[in-house]
Amino acid sequence: MKRLLFIFLLMMSCSSYAVDTIQLPDPERQESYETLTRELRCLVCQNQTIADSNAELAADLRRQVYEMLQQGKSREEIIQFMTDRYGDFVLYKPRFAGKTSVLWIAPVVFLLMGLITVFFVIRRKKAVAALNSQAGSLGIDAEKQKKIRSLLEKGDRS
Amino acid sequence: MLKYIIPLILFIIMAVFLALGLSLKPSEIPSPFINKPAPVFSAPKLDAPEEKLTPADLKGQVWLFNVWASWCVSCRSEHPVLNQLAQQHAAVIVGLNYKDEPDDAKNWLNTLGNPYNVSIMDQDGRIGIDYGVYGVPETFVIDKKGLIRYKHTGPVTAEDVKQTFLPLIAKLQAEP
Repeated sequence: MKRLLFIFLLMMSCSSYAVDTIQLPDPERQESYETLTRELRCLVCQNQTIADSNAELAADLRRQVYEMLQQGKSREEIIQFMTDRYGDFVLYKPRFAGKTSVLWIAPVVFLLMGLITVFFVIRRKKAVAALNSQAGSLGIDAEKQKKIRSLLEKGDRS
Repeated sequence: MLKYIIPLILFIIMAVFLALGLSLKPSEIPSPFINKPAPVFSAPKLDAPEEKLTPADLKGQVWLFNVWASWCVSCRSEHPVLNQLAQQHAAVIVGLNYKDEPDDAKNWLNTLGNPYNVSIMDQDGRIGIDYGVYGVPETFVIDKKGLIRYKHTGPVTAEDVKQTFLPLIAKLQAEP
């Protein structure tokens, strides 16, 4: 039992933890700090936010966000400060702009393409099934059915 | 016919995107500073901390602003190139000693040579943030009016100097 408990505690010990803990005087600003550091990209390790990253630059940028919040700067001002220096790339969630529109539109386009394909596939399957049952009731044998289907499909495509 | 054309078109589209992806360098982030004034700073000089340098002191000159540190490995490979560039006296070279210990930095310059007309210290990395520095070494080319005209991320190679830096410096020197 003790051993099990020990193993359980060991397993719990690897749960995630914040890279550092910064406390701002009021909860509102604390929340801004946490959301902002999750929305800004660490430029050294590009797939991490500055909240996740241990890189020195991330620590410096967290300090910058912290100080600006303490000076009473707004969220927009901090985002502006960062994009002025590092460009839009610093935003973990890209803005909707000419260059990034493909990022935002492409998933929708792909979804639509998928839906259209599914629609046509289902329609064809249904037509074939209907044909089969019709042929069965008319007493046409399997070989003839095959021939008819191939003729129909050829016609379908021309 | 359509049966063959649609997959072919899809394949071509994918191939084009993948080819574009291969030629992109995600580690090179476009600098928002091009053709903007060099951010203002007032920083202590490495060899004389009581003296300060600001970009205004360099107005009227073409200067390179090279971000370096003694802890930075690729700066070591870049260093001989800068030494060589300095010998040509094409432009003023200002070093930003980024998040470094002054003693380590001086040691480095003493042993490897000093290509910088002047180096300034940025121990807490604030000037670095103002210049959008994210990967040392970085090099900015600043014109006579104090506008940033070019930014190079990563070590400058002899090839870069020949192909990019020298022609650009010559062009900027010719500007009023």
